[in-house]
Amino acid sequence: MGLIIKEKEFVIPGDIVAEGIDYLPAGGVFREKDKIIAGQIGIVSVDNRLIKLIPLTGIYKPKAGDVVIGQVVNISFNGWSIDMGFSNLALLSVRDATSEFIERKSDLSRYFDFDDYIVAKISNVGKGNLIDLTMKGHGLMKLRDGMLIDVSPSKVPRIIGKQGSMINLLKDLSKCQVHVGQNGKVWINGDNCEKLIEAIRVIERESHISGLTEKIEKLLGGR
Amino acid sequence: MVTATNAYNKRMDGRNFDELREIEAKVGVVKSADGSAMFKIGDTIAIAAVRGPRDLYPRFMQNPKGGILRCSYNMMSFSVDERIRPGPSRRSREITLVTENALMPAVDLSEFPNSVVDVFIEIVQADAGTRCAGICAASLALADAGIPMRDLVCAVSVGKVGGKILVDLNKYEEDYEDGSSDMPVAFLPRRNEISLLQLDGGMKKEEILNALELAKKSCVEILEVQRNALMGKYKNG
Repeated sequence: MGLIIKEKEFVIPGDIVAEGIDYLPAGGVFREKDKIIAGQIGIVSVDNRLIKLIPLTGIYKPKAGDVVIGQVVNISFNGWSIDMGFSNLALLSVRDATSEFIERKSDLSRYFDFDDYIVAKISNVGKGNLIDLTMKGHGLMKLRDGMLIDVSPSKVPRIIGKQGSMINLLKDLSKCQVHVGQNGKVWINGDNCEKLIEAIRVIERESHISGLTEKIEKLLGGR
Repeated sequence: MVTATNAYNKRMDGRNFDELREIEAKVGVVKSADGSAMFKIGDTIAIAAVRGPRDLYPRFMQNPKGGILRCSYNMMSFSVDERIRPGPSRRSREITLVTENALMPAVDLSEFPNSVVDVFIEIVQADAGTRCAGICAASLALADAGIPMRDLVCAVSVGKVGGKILVDLNKYEEDYEDGSSDMPVAFLPRRNEISLLQLDGGMKKEEILNALELAKKSCVEILEVQRNALMGKYKNG
């Protein structure tokens, strides 16, 4: 009865995390009869009676409120289809795309064309993975120039840091523009990009080692 | 030396009858895939790569209730002594099907409607038991890709060679002159379920039950190897 695997322990699919009805399964775990079982590779996290897994791998799972970077793959009569690295496409409707007035039957590619990259916010995730995006909000825009690099979605919180400390450090020291999408896409633009890419790779690789901030400061030649 | 008329009292490679060949497993061997694994048991080497969940086309194959699992099993032309013709064959179609059915009860794709998870299994070197090695590698690769799973899958072949029940047959034992039957088993250790059971040859009811017990015992050993392989990649990173 109770917890079988302690908090912050590593689990693989099929591991029994807890027994009995004292705990409730949240993300990454599921209940089978009176057992709570891990469904993914991850680290156990217990919050009162809730048990969830911090996943160490896997594709990005969309959540309402996340800021993501995606690519326009289709234009329909009422909006754009956006690929953000998930199994299903997301929909950006005309209504949520811009504050400008768009006339009926006008050419939507004037706003976002095929292959354009955009920063957008997920407004709703419905049943059957119908994902709605919005462009109304602070810092949401179409991306021009620059380059896009892929990182593991599970490492994104480390790149952003506590209250954005790490990303502000990266921006200040490299003098580059940086946008991080929760779906593991990082857009950068500026003159000092090589160093910045290296720094992001270091964060991705050594996210568990303490003293990461000092290492990044040193790498980017900060004071 | 074993002669053709002898019973199989001692194994060719000196193993005990309930002893597996040496196993090596590694996760993350294919960098471009979402998840991948190598599983080596004796001289049999299987590599599995998982891509997805991703969009599924043609559209009529899509299932709005949940994602589908699509496997592919292939033996490389140099994997056996005599070159085999590359490309799909009757045998590889069959193994693709049974692999898919063996992995299906372990994965949960209800979160990914209209999408597909592709599993590619390549046999690099074959010395019997390739479908079992393929299933073990595929299960590791699925876990590495972060696909929601109910359990890992372990697979091993058991059989009867010269009247003796034994585990993990190699090519010599599979081709033993005085009669050899070979039974691949895939096992979900936590759920205690068998998801693959084939039999090539003949065995009595008691022999099959004994062999199954032996297979379950060996699968627990394989699970430990799989767990260590996953830890090797993720525990420190």
